[in-house]
Amino acid sequence: MSRAVRQRFDLLVVGGGPAGIAGAVYAAEFGSRVGIVDDNARLGGQIWRGASEAGSAASKWIERLQSSSARVLHGRVFQQLEPRVLLAENDDSIQELSYEKLILATGARERFLPFPGWTLPNVMGVGGLQAMVECGLPIQGKRVVVAGTGPLLLAAAAYLRQHGAEIPIICEQASWADLARFSMALLAQPSKILQGLQLKRELAGTKLSPNSWPVAANGMSTVESVTISRSDKLETVPCDYLACGFHLVPNIELPLLLGCQIQNDCVRVDDFQRTTVAEVFCAGEPTGIGGVELSLVEGEIAGLAAAGRIAEASSLFGRREKLRGFGRSLDRTFQLRTELRSLPPPETIVCRCEDIRYSRLRDHASWREAKLQTRCGMGPCQGRICGPATQFLFKWNPDSVRPPIFPVRIESMAGFKHDSTFELCEPTGGR
Amino acid sequence: MSSQFTVTVNGAPIVVRSATTVAVAMAMAGQACRPSVSGEPRGPLCGMGICFECRVSVNKKPHRLGCQILCEPGMDVKTDE
Repeated sequence: MSRAVRQRFDLLVVGGGPAGIAGAVYAAEFGSRVGIVDDNARLGGQIWRGASEAGSAASKWIERLQSSSARVLHGRVFQQLEPRVLLAENDDSIQELSYEKLILATGARERFLPFPGWTLPNVMGVGGLQAMVECGLPIQGKRVVVAGTGPLLLAAAAYLRQHGAEIPIICEQASWADLARFSMALLAQPSKILQGLQLKRELAGTKLSPNSWPVAANGMSTVESVTISRSDKLETVPCDYLACGFHLVPNIELPLLLGCQIQNDCVRVDDFQRTTVAEVFCAGEPTGIGGVELSLVEGEIAGLAAAGRIAEASSLFGRREKLRGFGRSLDRTFQLRTELRSLPPPETIVCRCEDIRYSRLRDHASWREAKLQTRCGMGPCQGRICGPATQFLFKWNPDSVRPPIFPVRIESMAGFKHDSTFELCEPTGGR
Repeated sequence: MSSQFTVTVNGAPIVVRSATTVAVAMAMAGQACRPSVSGEPRGPLCGMGICFECRVSVNKKPHRLGCQILCEPGMDVKTDE
């Protein structure tokens, strides 16, 4: 039986990763009544995931949040009930969360590109497989091919190796020249140099191959090998897992739903992290992919600005500007090469929810047309996976969003009717 | 602090450590989470509650996100229908 819970906050923070935690901590320490809501079992977002390591930056921030007056809520925000009221749900309650000010810290997800066999079990995201191992998946002695693009590849490979995985190869689609330029850009960021050196030590002996990408995952009921294109030659590598992701895309569904202006696929914010909607702030990856340090400082600025501490917030602008430079170099280095547009042959599934194949999509003029004609992007993930893929493959522009932005129980949609039936309410898509 | 307990995955017992997710228990048992609309076996992709590929039935409730639910002693997990 679900309970209906109503709570009022001066400041509500959506997202319990670094940006959300920093925003909640700073605002709470200046006396605001703060609530922070997240849908994961543990705080810290995808990057920290509960932070078991004592003394780490992650555990310090999480402890600071837990000892603050901010109230931590477990739930997934799916809809706006009325201006300044959001609805969230979890297993046993439907929450009506009202606020004076809002910080959107909804994070990012991996970008996936379709290729033959990418729907096989044990083909996962790079962060996806790391998350599974963090949640108990035994990886000792397993062979994991790591592929795609972005700094996550090296970080995840180091993590998996540390936990006993064998990494036959890391395939990075970027070129040596791009990677070299990226390393040079890191020289302006002392903390990143240290991280880089540590990664280099942890990955000693692992083969990193630039100009390389997966062209097929092979196997019957699970992945058994991966065919890779490596400097224009094909090569097949046996494996137990393929961890494959093509950098990150911001989660902008909730900002879109609230009417925030989007620019270059990111939420547009001013110096104080204010969006174009009054009293709504945005911090972290949704404003542009830039990593954990940038997320933290953006969260701090948003929290301070929301608490009215304008001078304190302004004092952090310089630090943020430096870190934004790192974000820009990420964008340049890990841009997708055009060859990846020809990865899927006609029969490859592009929309995994509805099993819509490439051949049914390629002749459509737009994302909206493809959705209406084929149901592409209209399953439970609501285009979160195939949307960024088709944006790259076909240069389609993303569409508006429709509530609920996540599938919810019928009872949550019906508005607090107590009823224990549990059904997926299929989203209607952006008609 | 790593207590172990048993959950049931498609009728077979699997021993997991505490703080193991349901999606991980399915993978440990070598079971697909759900059949796709055209009948392909599917397992977790994103691991963070976005892709909905890890939908399973947990204690007879269908369509639960396996990657966001922690195993509990005696839990009955099945491939989604």
